[in-house]
Amino acid sequence: MSASMARYACNSTEHTLSRRGMLGVLGGGVATAACGTGNLLANPLAKQHKRVLMVFLSGGVSQLETWDPKPGASTGGPFRAIPTSAPGVHICELLPHTAMQMHRLALVRGLNTAEDDHGKGHYIMHTGRKQEPSLEYPHIGSVAAKFVAEEENPLPGYLNIVPGGGGGANAADATFLGPKYGSVTISDGRAPENIDRPGGMDPQRDLARHEMRRAADQRFLARRKSAMTEAYTQSYDQALQLMKKKALFDVSTEPAKLSASYGTHDFGRHCVMARRLLEGGAPFVKISHTNYDTHHENFDFHIEQLAEFDRPFATLLEDLHQRGLLSSTLVMVVSEFGRTPGINRNYGRDHWSKAWSVALGGCGIIGGAVSGKTNAQGTVVVDRQVNGGHLFATYLKALGLDPAKKYYVDQRPIPMVDPTGSPISEVLA
Amino acid sequence: MQDKAKPKEAPKPPPPPPESIPGFHLATLKQAAELKNGSPLLACRFSPNGRWLYTSAQDNTIQQWDLTADKDGKIAGKKVDMAGHASWTRAIGFSADNKWLITAGYDGLLLTWPLGVPFPEPVRQAQAHTGWIRGVDCHGERVLTGGNDGRLAIHLLPDLRPGKAWQAHGCHIYQASFSPDGKFILSADLKGRLKVWDGSGQMVREFALSALHKYDAGFGADIGGVRAWSFSPDGASIACSGITNVSNAFAGVGNPLILVANWTTGEMRAELRSKEAFQGTGWGVAWHKAGFILGSAGGNGGMLWAWKDDFKPPAAPLKKDEKKEPTKDPKKPEEKKLEPLNEFVAQKLPDNVRDMALSADGKRLAIAYQGGVARVYTLA
Repeated sequence: MSASMARYACNSTEHTLSRRGMLGVLGGGVATAACGTGNLLANPLAKQHKRVLMVFLSGGVSQLETWDPKPGASTGGPFRAIPTSAPGVHICELLPHTAMQMHRLALVRGLNTAEDDHGKGHYIMHTGRKQEPSLEYPHIGSVAAKFVAEEENPLPGYLNIVPGGGGGANAADATFLGPKYGSVTISDGRAPENIDRPGGMDPQRDLARHEMRRAADQRFLARRKSAMTEAYTQSYDQALQLMKKKALFDVSTEPAKLSASYGTHDFGRHCVMARRLLEGGAPFVKISHTNYDTHHENFDFHIEQLAEFDRPFATLLEDLHQRGLLSSTLVMVVSEFGRTPGINRNYGRDHWSKAWSVALGGCGIIGGAVSGKTNAQGTVVVDRQVNGGHLFATYLKALGLDPAKKYYVDQRPIPMVDPTGSPISEVLA
Repeated sequence: MQDKAKPKEAPKPPPPPPESIPGFHLATLKQAAELKNGSPLLACRFSPNGRWLYTSAQDNTIQQWDLTADKDGKIAGKKVDMAGHASWTRAIGFSADNKWLITAGYDGLLLTWPLGVPFPEPVRQAQAHTGWIRGVDCHGERVLTGGNDGRLAIHLLPDLRPGKAWQAHGCHIYQASFSPDGKFILSADLKGRLKVWDGSGQMVREFALSALHKYDAGFGADIGGVRAWSFSPDGASIACSGITNVSNAFAGVGNPLILVANWTTGEMRAELRSKEAFQGTGWGVAWHKAGFILGSAGGNGGMLWAWKDDFKPPAAPLKKDEKKEPTKDPKKPEEKKLEPLNEFVAQKLPDNVRDMALSADGKRLAIAYQGGVARVYTLA
């Protein structure tokens, strides 16, 4: 019986040992079983130190108030377009700091994901596929964890920094890639709970415990090896490594001036944390900013939310660049969908997936490039329409992976990318 | 055996609408003009002489409507579109000498236009704020504005020369006005803070209209603010409208509310709510000199209400054994719990309200609608 299964009401060492089991979960992700892992592709990028940063703007950020402004159009709203550091590229005035980083970002303005539901849009933007009843596809974070991570990477492959509470692992994100590649939640940008060795436990005794566990695991694995049991064992070892990387989670050591540029609010702290984790070797970090689901008072809320997003995000890009990390870090700023060009009766914009935009940058991306075009009112894509599959293929290509490759799950070939999608070459270096 | 058929009673005529305020039939609004614009409207204001109505629209233009009636009393409402702002305009004012129309936009620009000429063009402009301007008012040669930059700024007519400007709020300013005697400045913000300033820009009082603001932790955003306000006829009180009881900020699930305060003391006087729950925001409030307050709201349709202004004193006397806590900061008076007052008239409107204006003589009411129409109603 593992320590994590023991239950005690007091706060004894044994009790905290049982919580240690939870840290093991944080380390690798053991949850529900997914499909079995089939033939594994070799990790071609392990030594290239590539990374991915996903910035997810929850709720559906307005493309008109960010990357594809339409000032003067009946749908345009009250905001103006401003020039950026990329010649000829204008974005909304709500992003003045990001505008100065546009030479490092590319815009995809011809996105039509044809899905106005939050959950389904979220799925498309994480997997590059529409939901199918027969098969769940892995998140881009899990793909990166499997194919981009270094073999001896001490950090979980897919780190998800979320605002507010919550925590633990989500093996379901990895589906058939195996639970080892599921996401691990970093709650509110704080170090995982119980990252310290329990009080009263000296290192020698701790080491002896782990040796005993390993011996028991090996005996068990010899007879019943599976992705689940492997991930279970790996999660303990990763938790031990994570404990050694505790300093990565301490944002208080950042220089004061840099911290001030990021800002002291949650999203600013999360951006600092993301940079530290990427710098520390994390292959995939996701940060989220909430919320943009502005059916009411779209403009007031976008002022408030984008003011919070703009400077930390621009600082993060600059910081990654200054540290020489940006060229090896693929950056994506995405959402579930965009918002309606039409302004509703409550100054709101509703869900709109037919013509919206995302921003990409860093590794493999041409800074200042723009792909796609919407009409004058922003209601439809009139040039270079792409979908979630195109984005997914672009991510893989930017990371040096071949989007034409297939997974093999129980001998069954499954294309890594939705066959309707191909890389958006205009934004790829 | 059949019963004898009873003779049918003649239907009773509907009772005449209540005339709770002598001279006013507020339950039967009489529409004097329907002014159609192509773009959804944002704001409306009567010129001081009542001849013109100015509206603003989502296409960044301002409209001048001529309200002159013909010999049959019909208002043709001739429209002139006025271009000058590069964004939306929700702040419309007039100079005290009635020479200038003053508009302040979301582009941060303050513009003066000759008032009441056939085809107005902007004469002067000043970049008054960084970001949106939502409040404008004039007194003498002074033009006051409040912006999203949290600053109050004074410019001087006729050339809009910059005067005093100062950081007044830590968040977006939604309203800015001179007191009726011009000695003080009032400002109110997104978070429902109302501040009173003297002429030199020193704050003399601050109090919270807490019910008009909420931080929605689920969405990570503030919602609320003083969306409209109106002074009492004696100038000592102010009625502030907005949204309250917000349960879902991003869907606009909340109810309109008007809070009435004595701004000279900071004491809350009344809390005006509708009897029937209505989902939306109070976008308009007008305190009529005949003794009632009009409030209008948009959200799930449009509504107009009227409340009498004979409010009872707000606070019950303290019991003998109760000790009054000393007010720590005289600039921040304590908030007192008020019993909500219900309207005496409720009138459904044809569309979502965006703004409301009362003419200076109190005889006309204008409402700007989301559907791109302004309607002028005769009140008496």
